[in-house]
Amino acid sequence: MLLENNLLNFLLVMLQELGLTAILIVLLFAKLMEGEKTSPMLYPLVMVLLLGHVLISFDGNTTGMLFSGMYVNTPLIGMEKGILGLGTLLICLQAGTWLKNHKHSTEFIMLLIATLMGMDYLLSAGNLLMFYLALELSTIPLAALCNFDLEKRRSSESAMKLILSSAFSSGILLFGISMLYGATGSLNFIEISRSFMGTEMEMLALIFIFSGFAFKIAVVPFHFWTADVYEGAPIPVTAFLSVISKGAMIFALTTMLYKVFGAYAAMWYNILFVASAITMTLGNLFAMRQMNIKRFLAFSSITQAGYLLLGLSGASAEGATSVVYFMLVYIFSNLGAFGVLALVSAATGKEEIHDFKGFYKNNPVLSWVFALSLFSLAGIPPTAGFFGKLFLITAGASRFNMPFLVIAALNMVISLFYYLKVVRAMLVEQQDEPLPTIAVPFYARIALVVCVAGVLLTGFFGQIYEYIHTLSLGF
Amino acid sequence: MMPDTILIALIPIIPFLCFLLLGLTGKKLGAFSGLLGTASMAVSAGFAALTAYQYFFHVGKIDGVFQKMVVFNYHWLQFTPEISINMGMLLDPISVMMLVVVTFVSLMVHIYSLGYMKGEERFSVFYSFLSLFTFSMLGLVLSANLFQTYIFWELVGVSSFLLIGFYYTKPSAVSASKKAFIVTRFADLGFLIGILILGFNAKTLDFGLLIERLIHVESPYLQTAIASSFMGVSALTWGLLLIFVGGAGKSAMFPLHVWLPDAMEGPTPVSALIHAATMVVAGVFLVARLFPIFILSCPVALDVVAYVGIFSSLFAAIIACTQTDIKRVLAYSTMSQIGYMMFALGVSGYEGEAGLGYMGSMFHLFTHAMFKALLFLGAGSVIHYIHSNEMKDMGGLRKAMPITHITFLIACLAIAGIPPFAGFFSKEEILAAAFHKNPVIFYVGLITAAMTAFYMFRLYFSIFWNKPTPSAGHDHHHHGEGPFTMMLPLFILALCSISVGFIPFGQFVTADGQFLANEFHPMFSIAPVSLALGGIFLAMLFYKNANELPAKLAVSMSVLYASAYRKFYIDEVYLFVTKRLIFNLLGRPAAWFDRTIVDGLMNLIGGLTSGFAEMIRGLQSGKVQSYAIWFFAGVLGFAVLFIYLW
Repeated sequence: MLLENNLLNFLLVMLQELGLTAILIVLLFAKLMEGEKTSPMLYPLVMVLLLGHVLISFDGNTTGMLFSGMYVNTPLIGMEKGILGLGTLLICLQAGTWLKNHKHSTEFIMLLIATLMGMDYLLSAGNLLMFYLALELSTIPLAALCNFDLEKRRSSESAMKLILSSAFSSGILLFGISMLYGATGSLNFIEISRSFMGTEMEMLALIFIFSGFAFKIAVVPFHFWTADVYEGAPIPVTAFLSVISKGAMIFALTTMLYKVFGAYAAMWYNILFVASAITMTLGNLFAMRQMNIKRFLAFSSITQAGYLLLGLSGASAEGATSVVYFMLVYIFSNLGAFGVLALVSAATGKEEIHDFKGFYKNNPVLSWVFALSLFSLAGIPPTAGFFGKLFLITAGASRFNMPFLVIAALNMVISLFYYLKVVRAMLVEQQDEPLPTIAVPFYARIALVVCVAGVLLTGFFGQIYEYIHTLSLGF
Repeated sequence: MMPDTILIALIPIIPFLCFLLLGLTGKKLGAFSGLLGTASMAVSAGFAALTAYQYFFHVGKIDGVFQKMVVFNYHWLQFTPEISINMGMLLDPISVMMLVVVTFVSLMVHIYSLGYMKGEERFSVFYSFLSLFTFSMLGLVLSANLFQTYIFWELVGVSSFLLIGFYYTKPSAVSASKKAFIVTRFADLGFLIGILILGFNAKTLDFGLLIERLIHVESPYLQTAIASSFMGVSALTWGLLLIFVGGAGKSAMFPLHVWLPDAMEGPTPVSALIHAATMVVAGVFLVARLFPIFILSCPVALDVVAYVGIFSSLFAAIIACTQTDIKRVLAYSTMSQIGYMMFALGVSGYEGEAGLGYMGSMFHLFTHAMFKALLFLGAGSVIHYIHSNEMKDMGGLRKAMPITHITFLIACLAIAGIPPFAGFFSKEEILAAAFHKNPVIFYVGLITAAMTAFYMFRLYFSIFWNKPTPSAGHDHHHHGEGPFTMMLPLFILALCSISVGFIPFGQFVTADGQFLANEFHPMFSIAPVSLALGGIFLAMLFYKNANELPAKLAVSMSVLYASAYRKFYIDEVYLFVTKRLIFNLLGRPAAWFDRTIVDGLMNLIGGLTSGFAEMIRGLQSGKVQSYAIWFFAGVLGFAVLFIYLW
């Protein structure tokens, strides 16, 4: 009876990860048994399974602790996993066109889901060992994904650079973890947080661990790898890296700072302030002069990470809520943009901003989708992006750090400049031979409809924010 | 008793539906889309008029005081446990007045554009943008919540951006729209921070509660707002000043006015609607909306409003004297008149007689909307005929365009403040208010009024007189006046410019909602009116006949003026005073200052940013090794900074 109870409990608490494992097993068998051609039913089946995974994540009931604190799940963490799962689902849907002509489409989805699973474990980690393993599980498949345009040299270069830089950052992170272990004598998050002594070794550990996160989130000056990797990788992978991967890391950073390093809040507030201010500003300046839309979106995502750090610095339930809410909105907005870009690139191979001149002429609906996504990224009301930024700023404003607020607000204006540049190229400017009308396949259409609905509606339903807020109170 | 909610809600909703319809199916509708837009605008304007009638004559007044009525309030977002963002509709005298102004002017512009924009390739797009703008502006004036105001404020900015850049093939139009958007965005930033400051202090964003909590001395909210300070200035003052910065950006107050003259690159009907009659007065509206807080709790901020207003007013009037592009003259004159409204608010008190400035400001806003829209539409007719914006290409058009000529003259008389035209009445109230409060502002206001008359009639004479009428034989313009759709709005607006001054405005719109008599003092009016007449006279001397033959000149002039006395004495003196002194000593430097320093500063900021962006490009070398070094430097830098320095 007891055993039975335990098993049930285990299944329920870990339902999300176990579900992903099940999907992986299905894919694995399908891959083993597939002949010359992948079964046409496999792709929709996996999408439906993934949708199920997302849906069970949003009910907010999964809570518990397993393996003596190694694995922790709370309603908020469950919600975060759901958001990441939703993003991954949208990316899979958008990747359909590109994958159709790819020999290894099953592997692509497998790797993507393996990464997602790594992220889920990362969010639930209650122990540094678990944390590190999950981190690597979520990174290594990504490098393989970057290399997925097998015949392109840039794609290989991108994978190579990701692996090298990741190794470097993992080294620093591990160094930080070992120092933390040395200083506190424990790997368990709760025990660590109770045994801080205020030594410099602990501070150094904080900085090393933060740097490891900063690398993944692409905080300046740890961001340099992003431009090359994002540009070389296939578009769905770039989208994944700049949205999902970043989101997972910022969620994990929230746990790390709020729960483990709570005692050092004053110190990491300053770190977040400096890192966020530099990131927003330099990210903007880099983004301003990009001509390639992929690179442009990559740099703009660096700026967005700066805003996320601002919200995070709020160090309160509002801080956590605003970060989760913003990620939800950001997934809709950024994947809307990447979705259109993926379609265009798959059909014509064109990715430069000037290629998009006169895009409106043959693709009015797509260009509105793109424009709306960019408006949301720029934070123009009443799109959801505006509310996302607003909540981040409000959370960050709780300390009345005026310079911080002014820098953030100034950067919002600067970023408008380049988002509008792309919108203008599409809607207003003309060229002799604009891009032809681009067909939108069924799955991509679903993804875009979801993104647009998210961009337009998330802001209008205050309940969403309030729901996340109630979840994060128990966080 | 409450006004009819659905009726009021339909006023902004109709243009919005129209925007959606035209935006989605415009291409198929073609020329029909203009008619559709105009018809829906007419319905909306009708509803607005009906609402105004209900509010002012039936339901608005309780115990002799006009009430603030929230007719609809939807709880939208819970911001923090105390602060929520609502979507609502607030009716009070100024919002009802603005409903009428916005829908009426918008309707006129809709009708006018049927003719003016005819044959334009993106005709339906133009109408959909117009609808979007009207919707946003109506949403703005109806807002019941400071945050709602901000959202519509931004939407207004976006639609203005779209309309200025409508002629996207013209690089100047594109850069103008960008400039307008960026400059006002900077101002809006101030607005947003101001909203957050006020909201956090008052723990509400709802207008009614906000004002309630921040005007009573014993209110704890007000006390904390005054007690907390940043750089020696109280949070309340910061909040109000930052909100004023937002208003100054939209209303083109110095030094945030740089976008307005460039915004004239948009189609002329758009200039009439947005950059003359409606959007640019949003800043005045905003200050008026929060006026009780300004006057009762923070008179310092109100002084800033007054001085910025009067300075902008004079500054713009001086520059207007030197411009040769007729739309730019009108743009600067708009800025000058808005300065008038601003300083009128700045010198106003709150209750009873003291609230004269507030009433005058709103009155001027109302009359100005009529005659400035008329001026722009008239200028549009002229540009339509001449195909140029430059004064030197015009002249002698009074025969060719009789209707435009007469209506334009009426508008000029109205803006110059000549009785019995509309501008006279509202200007009188403003000057009277300034006279009682602050003599410096009063005298500067008087000078500005004289200059207004001068540059407006310089414009008038240069367009319609000055050169001999182009004879029919050499006339390459085969059309004379525009079509009926263009003439009708001119005619209606001219009627308004004559008549609206007689509205007893104090009965309807005052600071405290109570009755205020529009008193009329003939003796007081002598100075401003004679100064205005002087300005007109001066303009006549210089610009009426400048290039005509002496013989003809003598004939057309009366004996007195044709005498040598004028030629050798007064003329020279006037010439010296205006051409040399005002033009060269004041006007040119002011224009130069505007173009070089103020504009230059804005460009410098842009240049610096992109220069810096160029500089840091080298960091992105593509080599993983150097990335690793940066990474390591980052770790080291953070460690040193946060462990040892901070």
